[in-house]
Amino acid sequence: MQSPQTLTRSGLDFSTVIVLLITVLGALWALFAAAFAPDAAMKGQSWLILGGFLTGLLLLVGSVTSGGVETDEREYNENLVKAGVIASLFWAAAGLLVGVIIAFQLAFPILNIEDWGFTSFGRLRPLHTSAVIFAFGGNVLIATSFYVVQRTCRTRIAGGIWPWFVFWGYQFFIVMAASGYLVGITQSREYAEPEWYADIWLTLVWVAYLLVFLGTLWKRKEPHIYVANWFYLAFIVTIAMLHIINNLAVPVSFFGSHSYSLFSGVQDALTQWWYGHNAVGFFLTAGFLGIMYYFIPKRVNRPVYSYRLSIIHFWSLIFIYIWAGPHHLHYTALPEWAQTLGMAFSIMLWMPSWGGMINGLMTLSGAWDKLRTDPVVRMLVISVAFYGMSTFEGPVMSIRAVNALSHYTDWTVGHVHSGALGWVGFVSFGALYCLVPWLWKKAGMYSKALVDWHFWIATFGILLYITSMWVAGIMQGLMWRAYNSLGFLEYSFVETVEAMHISYIIRAVGGLLYLAGALIMIYNVYRTIRSDVTEADESVSPQPAQIPA
Amino acid sequence: MSKGKSLWSELHKKLFEKNSLILTVGILVTVSIGGIVEIAPLFYLDSTIEEVDGMRPYTPLEQLGRDIYVREGCYNCHSQMIRPLRDEVERYGHYSLAAESMYDHPFQWGSKRTGPDLARVGAKYSDEWHRDHMRDPRSVVPESIMPAYAFLEHSTLDYDNVAANLRALRAVGVPYSDEMIEMAVADITTQLDPYASDYDGFLARYPGATLRDFDGNPGRVSELDAMVAYLQVLGTMVDFSTYEAEADQNLR
Amino acid sequence: MYSLLASFAQTWGMLLFVALFTGALTYALWPRNQQRFDEAARLPLNDSDEPIIESASEDQAHV
Repeated sequence: MQSPQTLTRSGLDFSTVIVLLITVLGALWALFAAAFAPDAAMKGQSWLILGGFLTGLLLLVGSVTSGGVETDEREYNENLVKAGVIASLFWAAAGLLVGVIIAFQLAFPILNIEDWGFTSFGRLRPLHTSAVIFAFGGNVLIATSFYVVQRTCRTRIAGGIWPWFVFWGYQFFIVMAASGYLVGITQSREYAEPEWYADIWLTLVWVAYLLVFLGTLWKRKEPHIYVANWFYLAFIVTIAMLHIINNLAVPVSFFGSHSYSLFSGVQDALTQWWYGHNAVGFFLTAGFLGIMYYFIPKRVNRPVYSYRLSIIHFWSLIFIYIWAGPHHLHYTALPEWAQTLGMAFSIMLWMPSWGGMINGLMTLSGAWDKLRTDPVVRMLVISVAFYGMSTFEGPVMSIRAVNALSHYTDWTVGHVHSGALGWVGFVSFGALYCLVPWLWKKAGMYSKALVDWHFWIATFGILLYITSMWVAGIMQGLMWRAYNSLGFLEYSFVETVEAMHISYIIRAVGGLLYLAGALIMIYNVYRTIRSDVTEADESVSPQPAQIPA
Repeated sequence: MSKGKSLWSELHKKLFEKNSLILTVGILVTVSIGGIVEIAPLFYLDSTIEEVDGMRPYTPLEQLGRDIYVREGCYNCHSQMIRPLRDEVERYGHYSLAAESMYDHPFQWGSKRTGPDLARVGAKYSDEWHRDHMRDPRSVVPESIMPAYAFLEHSTLDYDNVAANLRALRAVGVPYSDEMIEMAVADITTQLDPYASDYDGFLARYPGATLRDFDGNPGRVSELDAMVAYLQVLGTMVDFSTYEAEADQNLR
Repeated sequence: MYSLLASFAQTWGMLLFVALFTGALTYALWPRNQQRFDEAARLPLNDSDEPIIESASEDQAHV
């Protein structure tokens, strides 16, 4: 075989033709849906989808006429990662903002504007969860995984046009899903609300993502596959499995938005929470552990504390996590043996979780001073500490007796947010603070002080959030089961709602502070990218001029 | 044309690249075990769902109401699953049975009670109460934080294609008969009219269903009609005066 | 059916899990793997700003 060319242009290659075909078929489907959709919501949606596909078509034609996607094997594809960083920050602001809005709606219901169905809590809440988990978190995962897999395999990302298909296809999925929620298109499956057509689109994008990731592993120039890539791979593979099975449904019409789940009742509930909990386990945990295993060692310039521990961490975590779902269904009509299995594995999960936490924290041993001097390291380390805290709280809440009190209350909401804001949010921000100077070849962030401000404001916001939700949740659970001296229930339901008012206000303020931190970060990143300081710091060596991919 | 480095040629060449393949298959096997052991038996074990009298598929009107319940995201704040705990049974009624959600595609058990559980809200309040509550929740419950759904009353129910909904539901296992599907559109207006000509036929198809004008406006088939019809049937299908929880077939 | 599955899970199921866990543990703690792990652990620290380009045939890529 001849030596591989290092600089190539795809032109109208096989891959481009496939993507072109997908786009044309999608546009045709949307056009027919615009004409024949049986439901009003889909009639509106179809124009948006058509617009998306036509934009994609234009971009493709533009790219092909200028020679196609350029691939230079002598360079990593950093433009892809840059795009992911910017998308992550955009969706962080959007998702957190919606979160703040719905938090205030719970404190002041007048904020649900009566005549506009799309402003009601019921439609905005999925918008918030999807925006922060899938839009923000997903973009962080895609961006960092593309960065890490290239670096640790010492090779450019595989697949020519496909990584770009993954990036833009994923943004399109987000827009399609989010706009659907606002007009009431939803499957009502928590964290899997998008309807069947959006699900099919995501499946397509996700398979491409898996192949791009695997393709890069296949052409790696290092003998080993670094452990961060194991976590990323587990995240990609498992989410594919969960997504496909949980979204099995029969559409009412080929051009309509609505579908009915293939499963019903108890089977449907377990399938959904098998999905739901593992969205936490593999999207919000495994994927972000990949970030931890690359960015913490890289940032403090020390190898991970114990590579052996990371292997045990990996296999035991992915094996045990998948069983934990039924703890969402304690005391329900789910057979008790399934509940017990879910509880047992949830408690076991504590061990690999803390193994991973120790591995992350101890990587700093000998470099603890960086906690003081580098706010980014502090952010990464605190995120791991929050990981440890919520992975301790989780097993406790999965115990049936505890769950009897905590389930259905805001304690669950507080628990989720200590993981989401503390662990996922902070490890993401930490990784982005690393990436921005690395990618844009700057000495560091525009302002270290602003990173500090971000850290402290956000930390204070998290504390307000989780403490108010602990109080609200435990209080609510206790009030529901309180009896008076005559043996009657002491409180009506609405009295418990009234009692939460103050907690809801404090929580909303906490969320607002967290959003403020993120906005500070966006400003800081903007100034970093714009600033003229281009001298490289010690971890970034100068690179030849960028060539747009 | 340089396909030398395309993903597809990589795929052919390195399909059996050892380490990444072992890793991928290893991950897939590892994460499959839990689901296979926990979920698959639910579909085969008879003890998963008890046998109870009274469960029937939703009427077309109730089903469309249910679709609106889903559309508006009611599940974000209301559960439909009463746990067998003393306070819940006293507050909401008999604990929920698996059989009671056997025709629920998708299930609506929920995960959060910002508002009360709705598994047995049926027949607990009058239609008028629901009407007022949807128009302005705080007019009947001053401390409520629920959004108002006044627009339901002014939205005409779109039911021309309801037969397609029933057909899709039949495809996923709800026992709608050919007759039910054929009569689906007519059954919407039949259920809203206590003097309907097909009164007996309707009740033969959906035993125990209630026929009345739910939104108080006989001139219009509104989304509120469907929503209230759904809310009023919740938890009422099984007659708990005759249900024996301790009977052998119900012990799991 | 239920009791059959339950008894199988409680005996062979447990044995299988113990075997799997021992397998993972052995692989991670096997002394001869130590050097490979040490090398792998340094991967994030040794990555430079350019990919490795091999002018020879692709078969030299580690697969």
